[in-house]
Order: sequence, then C-alpha cells, then structure tokens
Amino acid sequence: MALIAVGPAALDLQSLTQEVSQSREGDGAVASFIGLVRDHNQGRRVSFLDYEAYEPLAVRALTRITEEASQAWPDTRLGVHHRTGRIEISEASVIIVAVSPHRANAFAACRYTIERIKQIVPIWKHEHFEGGDVWLEGATADPDDESARQAAYRIACA
Amino acid sequence: MRVTVRLFARLRDLAGSGELVRDVQAPATVQSVWKTLVAEMPALGEYERTMSVAVNADYSRMSASVSEGDEVAFLPPVSGG
Repeated sequence: MALIAVGPAALDLQSLTQEVSQSREGDGAVASFIGLVRDHNQGRRVSFLDYEAYEPLAVRALTRITEEASQAWPDTRLGVHHRTGRIEISEASVIIVAVSPHRANAFAACRYTIERIKQIVPIWKHEHFEGGDVWLEGATADPDDESARQAAYRIACA
Repeated sequence: MRVTVRLFARLRDLAGSGELVRDVQAPATVQSVWKTLVAEMPALGEYERTMSVAVNADYSRMSASVSEGDEVAFLPPVSGG
C-alpha cells in the first residue's frame, strides 16, 4: 500500500496505520485524522459531495507536505489517502496517520498535514445540497507562500 | 504549437470540458495560453486573480515558458480535505 494516494477507492485507516507504523519498537504514538462528509454546510443541507482532483499534482503536493512535516518533526512518519468521486454523508474523504516516538510530534504532524491539504492540494469539493449544487473554493494554491505554511505550523503547535 | 489545457472544478464547468487542445503562437507562456482561452471564453477571466497554474503536473507561474506538447493546468482555489 502506498503511503500517499489520491483516488476513488474507499479509505481504510487500519491498513494505512499498519503501513506507516511497520511495528517499529521505537514508536510511542500514533495520531490519526479522518475527515468526514458532513450533512450541513453554511446553512445548507448537504446531500453528498463529489470530489475532483488533479491527481498527479495532488500526489506531488501531498508528498511535499509530508516532506515539510518530516523536516519540522524529524522523527515522525506520515501516510495520507484522499478519496475522490462521490462520497456520501458520514463517509471518509481523507485519512492521515502520523507515527512518532512521542505524542506531541504525532499530533502536530497530523494537524499540520490537514491544514496544508486545505491550502495547497489541487482537490475540489462539488457540494450537492437540497436545491442545488456549488463548487467550494477555499485557498489559492501556492505551495511557496511561506506565510500560509507558517500559519499551518502555528495551528499544528497551538 | 500545440498544447493541452486542463481545467478543473468550476473552471471546467464554465469551459464545458476539462481537457482542451489549443494552438498557440511560439514563444508561449502560461500567461499567453491563458489569454488565448479567455479570448475564447471570457467567463473564465474572473479566475485570473485567484487561480494557480501548473505545467506538466507541477506547480508553475504565469510567466513560465510553455513548449510544444506541454500540459498547462488552471486551478481554481482548492477545497480538499
């Protein structure tokens, strides 16, 4: 299993956790994050989300994020899978696993990764709600925007 | 020369297609490819200030040069997670 993946397959946290952890005896902490599709957004009743990705660049951007995290928390290893296509309410759209000798770094790397995903990874939510649909647009993706990267780091360490 | 243009999310909807092939005059930049598209589809123009761009599936800049056969992508603000 790849540590980084973007595609339509359902997400499997247990398998990704095994892949990242590899049962190394020096590890003391696994932190994981699951992003779920929620039934409401900005006052709308959401029916489902359809995720679109520029897959080769999304994989490249996720790789960059895990490299950034490895520099910030050198003892920490990461795995990230992001799902694409139609995802129903309560299903997972993204899973992140961070493994480290110590909990603080595992938590921080996990949080940093989801914040950075929302900043730079070329993936888009097409929200289908009661009465219509809308493309959600968040951050202008600029991986070299150092102030954005530092903002993600501050949130991760808060 | 010929380039492939990739459009995503609302940009794709506005253009009616996620993949277009266009002939552009050499020497070309990402900017000149974009201008060709906006001349054809003015509705795309609103994204100029907020989009980011990629050449051959790597982040790039509007000023970057583009070669025959390149894939040039225009990316609206992202909303993954």
